[in-house]
Amino acid sequence: MDRMTHGSGGGAGGARGAGDALGTTRGIRAPAPHVVIVGGGGTGGAIAHDLSLRGLRVTLVERGEITSGSTGRHHGLLHSGARYVTTDRSSAIECSAENKILRRICPGSFEENDGLYVAISDDDVAFADRFLEACWQCAVPAKRINRDTALRMEPQLSPALRFAVQVPDATMDAMRMPLRFFATARRHGLEIKPFTEVTAVKMTGRTVNGVAVRDHSTGRDYEIGADVVINAAGAWAGKVAALAEVKVPLVLSPGVMVAIRGRHCNMAVSRLNSPGDGDALVPQRGLTLAGTSSWIATNPDDLGLPQGDVEMIVREGALMIPALATAKIRAVWVSARPLIGEPEPRPRRRARSAHAATSGAADPATDGREPTGQPSPGRELARGMRCLDHATDATPTQGFVTVAGGKATTLRAMAEVTADLVCAKLGLDCQCETADYVLLPHTAWYGA
Amino acid sequence: MTSFRVYRSRRGDLEPHFEDFEVEVQAGATVLDALLAIRREMDPSLVVRHSCMHASCGTCGVRVDGRERLACDTRVADVARGKTIRVEPLVNQRVVADLATDMLDFQARLEPVGLPLLRTAESEAGAEPPDGIKSYVRFESCIECGLCLSACPVAHLDADFIGPAALAAAERIVEEPRGRDVGTVLALASEPDSAWRCRDAMQCTAVCPSAVEPATALSRIRRRVAVDGARRLFGRR
Ligand SMILES: Cc1cc2nc3c(=O)[nH]c(=O)nc-3n(C[C@H](O)[C@H](O)[C@H](O)COP(=O)(O)OP(=O)(O)OC[C@H]3O[C@@H](n4cnc5c(N)ncnc54)[C@H](O)[C@@H]3O)c2cc1C
Ligand code: FES
Repeated sequence: MDRMTHGSGGGAGGARGAGDALGTTRGIRAPAPHVVIVGGGGTGGAIAHDLSLRGLRVTLVERGEITSGSTGRHHGLLHSGARYVTTDRSSAIECSAENKILRRICPGSFEENDGLYVAISDDDVAFADRFLEACWQCAVPAKRINRDTALRMEPQLSPALRFAVQVPDATMDAMRMPLRFFATARRHGLEIKPFTEVTAVKMTGRTVNGVAVRDHSTGRDYEIGADVVINAAGAWAGKVAALAEVKVPLVLSPGVMVAIRGRHCNMAVSRLNSPGDGDALVPQRGLTLAGTSSWIATNPDDLGLPQGDVEMIVREGALMIPALATAKIRAVWVSARPLIGEPEPRPRRRARSAHAATSGAADPATDGREPTGQPSPGRELARGMRCLDHATDATPTQGFVTVAGGKATTLRAMAEVTADLVCAKLGLDCQCETADYVLLPHTAWYGA
Repeated sequence: MTSFRVYRSRRGDLEPHFEDFEVEVQAGATVLDALLAIRREMDPSLVVRHSCMHASCGTCGVRVDGRERLACDTRVADVARGKTIRVEPLVNQRVVADLATDMLDFQARLEPVGLPLLRTAESEAGAEPPDGIKSYVRFESCIECGLCLSACPVAHLDADFIGPAALAAAERIVEEPRGRDVGTVLALASEPDSAWRCRDAMQCTAVCPSAVEPATALSRIRRRVAVDGARRLFGRR
């Protein structure tokens, strides 16, 4: 394979047992293979950690600050899996498993207050049995809580509450949790280059052997050689793949988030129904984060903000916690889910709503949530992750892997699948160790 | 169109300079939205830190017309008033490039205090956590943004001053130790470049975006240090 100059050192500091598998030729030890990761979101950080633990040399480039993509701006829910039990069972099972692992390897990084699924309308009540059964099937612990007990747990819940289901959701700090992966990986030799954008993918024929980058903090252009390049650019993965003339079936499904002043609950509160717009409230510090919505966008740098989404999200949230209707809004933002799949184009769905009969608060214009109603565009795409080895594309490209989809909750699992694939490509036999590896605290990120 | 005058600097530049941009901002847009629009449409080389977009991560601290603010938490309409908006990096911290500062010095001050990320959550009267949860927890209010250190007039004069955030963190530990040794933290607060160095300018509290109120915490910890010192002097425990 053609090799260019490596970025710098790379640092095989993490090389442990795994290095032994790299083979020797007449007593000359081959250096550990070098992997370049494009994208410094949670996914890229977790892959960097996994590969560094396995003893590979890893360089990660991120065009902005670390976690400046979708990672920093998501809802902050450490999913128990409950949200997906009725629509996407494999995601639910994966979330349930990863939820436990992350609590173990990132102690002190979550507000571990559990979550409450609240039944407000007749429709919610009718949904409950199916939900509880599906939770059981997906190994998501779920416990039915009667109305009075639930109101004692969360006094601001709507008096229209019928009952609730307790699940092991939690709040995560969207930036500080993934920072622990970066900090730990750096301790094991990861070279991190923030404010550094990949401008070209370097190839010899159809074999990728590095990237060209621009360091915006210095204005310098240079190249970094690699045995494998991993495209973990999230919503930008399509753009990065295009640099290698590779197509990935990526769909951008953005959602609006609203930060409401005041901590109106301690548990993550969700609507006990199939996933819908504005159905989740996650407390975080002194705020309550309400979200979200879903549509299809094309430009990850300019997602737009659909008219009416903020009002819809506040209205839906207020059906669960009425005080939200009058609380002040601190911030509104948009973030994109990078989903893998080809959705059918369809018009944007009206906001769903609850039944005014029990809540007394629904807007008549949007009343009448259909139990069988079409989901918003983007919602029907599986939330599961995909790891694409472009060597298996119709026009094969060697040395190039794209990973996308999934959730912040499943970052470690995504990394494991990706690192397994990369090691197999490189002919290395090394095990994933991340499920039991307790990460350094986020403050270690700032240590020299 | 809104006019922005943005601080630019690169390693190797002789001098930092300002660059002007005219930006079309939507209603409700924040200064961060405007900076990202500049990066997207006019100059992709603009270096700016951001992550959460809702005043929780603390990465987007800048000075807007000389005042420390979170760019994501500052609406253009609230600061424009028909004039050019000047955006500069925080001071008392090393600039990486343009508006991005390195948080290393700020974090180095916090480090010896060692504030845990989680604290006991405030709860509604009568709220009872569910089975299996002793008491509700929440993340600490301080988002480590460094606005207080930038705004602090004492930190301008004394680079060794531990600064408002670290002292507010120390006060949180005195309040809720969570396994930390209160004595060590109080000893830290009584050092020469620590709590007694504060001159009550109150700028930290004025700029804090997260209701930490470092100035109030500081006066509380000074009182506590004084009481503690007196106790030791008179041999009472
Ligand atoms: C509204 C919303 C709410 C969500 N809520 C939750 C939730 O509560 N819980 C949960 O578990 N998940 C949630 N998610 C999903 C979660 O946000 C994503 O799955 C996750 O953040 C994706 O991380 P990533 O690292 O793959 O992508 P990103 O974080 O987007 O990282 C990709 C990075 O690549 C960088 N990049 C792009 N192009 C280049 C280039 N040319 N060179 C160098 N770098 C480049 C980008 O700057 C970016 O930082 C939510 C998503 C949305 C949209
Ligand atoms: S972007 Fe997180 S505080 Fe502004």
